[in-house]
Amino acid sequence: MSKFKKKTTGETPAISTASLPDIVFMLLFFFMTATTMKDTDLKIENTLPKANQTAKLHKKEYVMYIYAGKPSERYRSTLGGSDRIQLADKMASPSEIRNFIITERAQRNSEDEKYLTASLKIDRQVKMGLVAAIKLELRKIDQLKVNYTTAQGNPVE
Amino acid sequence: MGKKRGAPPEVNAGSMADIAFLLLIFFLVTTTIGVDQGINRLLPRYEENPPVPPINDRNILTVLVNKDNQLLVEEKLVDIKDLRQTAIDFLENNGKGICAYCNGKKDPNSSDSPGDAVISLNNDGQTTYETYIAVQNELVAAYNFLRDRECKKRYGMTFTEMEYIFNDPASKATEGLVEDLEPKVKKIQDLFPMRLSEAEPKK
Repeated sequence: MSKFKKKTTGETPAISTASLPDIVFMLLFFFMTATTMKDTDLKIENTLPKANQTAKLHKKEYVMYIYAGKPSERYRSTLGGSDRIQLADKMASPSEIRNFIITERAQRNSEDEKYLTASLKIDRQVKMGLVAAIKLELRKIDQLKVNYTTAQGNPVE
Repeated sequence: MGKKRGAPPEVNAGSMADIAFLLLIFFLVTTTIGVDQGINRLLPRYEENPPVPPINDRNILTVLVNKDNQLLVEEKLVDIKDLRQTAIDFLENNGKGICAYCNGKKDPNSSDSPGDAVISLNNDGQTTYETYIAVQNELVAAYNFLRDRECKKRYGMTFTEMEYIFNDPASKATEGLVEDLEPKVKKIQDLFPMRLSEAEPKK
């Protein structure tokens, strides 16, 4: 009987925290893979207009971004005050969109190309003349899928 | 030299959790989980001299936006709040009486059937993008309203949902899903074809 006698230590044993780092690392890796970093540093003002008849954009691999807007306060002295286009990290003119799209297409495998969407992130105050120039360039290079990226909200208010 | 030599002391790993937490919080703060949303459109193919199809005047709803962001629909000044209903009325007007699924007024001076109806959008070069998106949003809303209504009646699911699943590259993983949805999506698109024509803005 004495073999099965309970050990009497008096105090309760401390809970091991040795696996806590592992748990936290697991969380860390989850967030690292599930979220995306902000990758472009915008040199322009970019307040998106509101809309509510929107669809979600598909995965990031299938999207390329074209930004447009007035240069922000900081860059106004060098870039001027009129509406500009920004592709990746560079300011560009409408004619450079062609090359940008060719490079973007080349980075993807050909199977995904038909899903490739151009996301137009254009500031509310941009005039339609520039937007029309962007659209014309996109049509010329056969990038016909576009998404007018917007903020959520009712535009009629 | 009086120290006893034994097993090397263990490194204290108690602060490892703190370090990992710190990294975790850093990533939580710097990254975004949000998905972008927007209005999807398919641009027309570029042609040097686009052919002008013969369309009867009553089948065209002209929407004109001027440089002061004012809206002219069929040459009448319209508030943007009323644009959606105007577009819906125009699209399902059913002037010829051949559209069984329309609830329109059958006005002989408005569109013949949803298949014939065209909305022509015309911007000034000085119109702001915000107004343009608001107009687009309302016109897309008109189409979505009609398509959703019809899609719900036929397949018990809104068209917006169905189209998203159909276009999602991830849906290819589920066997037969895309093939199953394709005829349904095509059918609804056939019933209410989105014929939104945009003219080049005047400079």
